[in-house]
Amino acid sequence: MLKLDSKDTRLFLIVIAMTLLAPFILNPFPEGSNLAQFNAGYPDLMQRFVIFGIFAIGFNLLFGLTGYLSFGHAAFLGVGSYASIWMMKLLTVNVIPAMFASVIVSGLFALVVGYVCLRRSGIYFSILTLAFAQMSFALAYSVLTPLTGGETGLQLKAADPRILDFGAAEGSIGRASFFGIDMRASMELPVGSWLFTLNFGYYLAAFVMLIAFYVSIRIFRSPFGMMLRAVKSNQNRLNYTGVSTKPYTLAVFVISGMYAGLAGGLLVAMDTQVGPERMFWTASGEVVLMTILGGAGTLIGPVLGAGFIKYMENIVSKINSKTLEAWFGFLPDGLEDALITIVYPFVGKGWHLTLGIMFMLVVIFLPGGLVEGGKRIGGWLTGKGRKSKTDGGQEATASTPAE
Amino acid sequence: MGILEVQNVNKRFGGLQALNNVNLNVEKGSVHAIIGPNGAGKSTLLNCFVGRLTPDTGSVMFNGKSLLGIKPHQINQAGVSRVFQTPEIFSDLSALENVMIPAFAKRDGAYKLNPFRRVTQESEIRDSAEEVLRDVGLADRKDLIAAEMSRGDKRRLEMAMCLVQDPELLLLDEPTAGMARADTNKTIDLLKHIGETRGITKVVIEHDMHVVFSLADKISVLAQGTVLVEDVPENIKGHPKVREAYLGEAQV
Ligand SMILES: Nc1ncnc2c1ncn2[C@@H]1O[C@H](COP(=O)(O)OP(=O)(O)OP(=O)(O)O)[C@@H](O)[C@H]1O
Ligand SMILES: [Mg+2]
Repeated sequence: MLKLDSKDTRLFLIVIAMTLLAPFILNPFPEGSNLAQFNAGYPDLMQRFVIFGIFAIGFNLLFGLTGYLSFGHAAFLGVGSYASIWMMKLLTVNVIPAMFASVIVSGLFALVVGYVCLRRSGIYFSILTLAFAQMSFALAYSVLTPLTGGETGLQLKAADPRILDFGAAEGSIGRASFFGIDMRASMELPVGSWLFTLNFGYYLAAFVMLIAFYVSIRIFRSPFGMMLRAVKSNQNRLNYTGVSTKPYTLAVFVISGMYAGLAGGLLVAMDTQVGPERMFWTASGEVVLMTILGGAGTLIGPVLGAGFIKYMENIVSKINSKTLEAWFGFLPDGLEDALITIVYPFVGKGWHLTLGIMFMLVVIFLPGGLVEGGKRIGGWLTGKGRKSKTDGGQEATASTPAE
Repeated sequence: MGILEVQNVNKRFGGLQALNNVNLNVEKGSVHAIIGPNGAGKSTLLNCFVGRLTPDTGSVMFNGKSLLGIKPHQINQAGVSRVFQTPEIFSDLSALENVMIPAFAKRDGAYKLNPFRRVTQESEIRDSAEEVLRDVGLADRKDLIAAEMSRGDKRRLEMAMCLVQDPELLLLDEPTAGMARADTNKTIDLLKHIGETRGITKVVIEHDMHVVFSLADKISVLAQGTVLVEDVPENIKGHPKVREAYLGEAQV
């Protein structure tokens, strides 16, 4: 189906099903129950899952396939966001032109950055991309204030020209829409004591993510993708084999930058504001973590990693001492206090600690990330612990340690 | 005129004169062996042909065009493929993929950005890769990840990677090192066989005299960066300079 082999088709169908059903799957706990705070099925967070999924899928095309570790990918996300909000301010609040603009502008920016940074490889490449991203951040923060709104960033304003929005009421602040449908339009679906929210913005973002995922599968399975894996494996051999590697690495760098830009554009489509902190180096580091945690070089890994980190950031970080008391309340006092003291540093504001430990454990014990973990568990369950070799590129790269 | 003409090539590494006024003339369609003791400069010489090293002085002409100052991928595209002394393969890729890549490079040139083609569509590339894998005796191991192959198999894989390109000039740096006798004989057969059917010119570095004398049309003896003699095998066998250079190391 869709020019994918049966295995990829199955994976794609599963991903489609999961994204469509996410509002239900992610809300397993009834409203008002003790565990309701673990529900992740609300629009804002689900949008983040898929948008950062796109970001990580694109990052993985570069890093997972070629091994080039960009440490400045947030710059493309940021540039995409700025391009997108300017489209909304100047032309129309329809998100489609905004998304096109974010992809094109970030692609052009990636062409320039990639052309310079790809003159080096390894750690020097990483440092160059980091330098570019920090430069972009600094420019957006100060020098380019007329364009970026500086520290406060950009929002939609009543005074925006929006020259294509003829019907817009004079003096009203625009709301991002898809041909008239508000991104925030939601349908609430109470089922018993559960409450599910189906949000238009989420489904639009999810649709874009599915396209992005599909394109990534196709790239993985193309001769182009094979060359990229060869770049990672032995660039010298590739040269002596008659292949000029630069066009390949530059092309995938630009594609990867466009993915980041698309994610940035979608962030604006969901929440019409941008600030320079979106380009800060920690944001670049986050996508690296997502990809490695999920499984660099695998198809689904980056999406899992993105979901995992965003879940931690938004859910685990909200656990406070009150919640812990409620959980462990049934225990004898001394034990309760002891447990709370032990658990407390790892939740709430300490969620970074948990993430850091998780990350170390994965890198040391599961170099193939969560995907490898899943495969091992699957292997134990089906009773054949051995590694399958029929998995093609996915397995081949999943089994190599992340670099 | 030779297909590969090397004139007065010099290469210094610090205080070491690795190549000293080396001249080499390789006839089209012939097998030219380079022999010599360890550290003689044999691999260094090949490195000067494929763009890994640039000679300090001298010229390297292939089909009348200089190979100096152009990039490795351009040299390959001009028709020169090389098997390295330590196998240079794509360790993370399957044997089949390892051979498909050079086949792509041969068909598509230095690059072709086709992200929406499918590898599964490329049946002619796959077929030619499988055929060459069969030739080198790796047909049953084509789906193995290259890193998991034995040393001898890696060497044969690398040979397949070169053969699939049907190069005009094939450079082989100790193609049988680390192979069992039976495999060595198979490799000799293979090299002879491709010589006959495709008319590929071959430059072979070898320590194994059995291999050298069953393959070579001409032999250059290199010692301490200098070519001692260049002659047909019959004349090399009893040559006093050659015996001296090897000091009885090989039973010539
Ligand atoms: N890149 C380099 N930098 C410095 N010295 C080098 C370099 N490459 C080779 N040499 C030196 O040049 C000399 C010739 O090396 P080369 O590898 O060409 O020998 P060889 O004839 O191929 O030997 P062997 O039979 O062991 O492969 C050696 O002394 C080696 O140490
Ligand atoms: Mg050598």
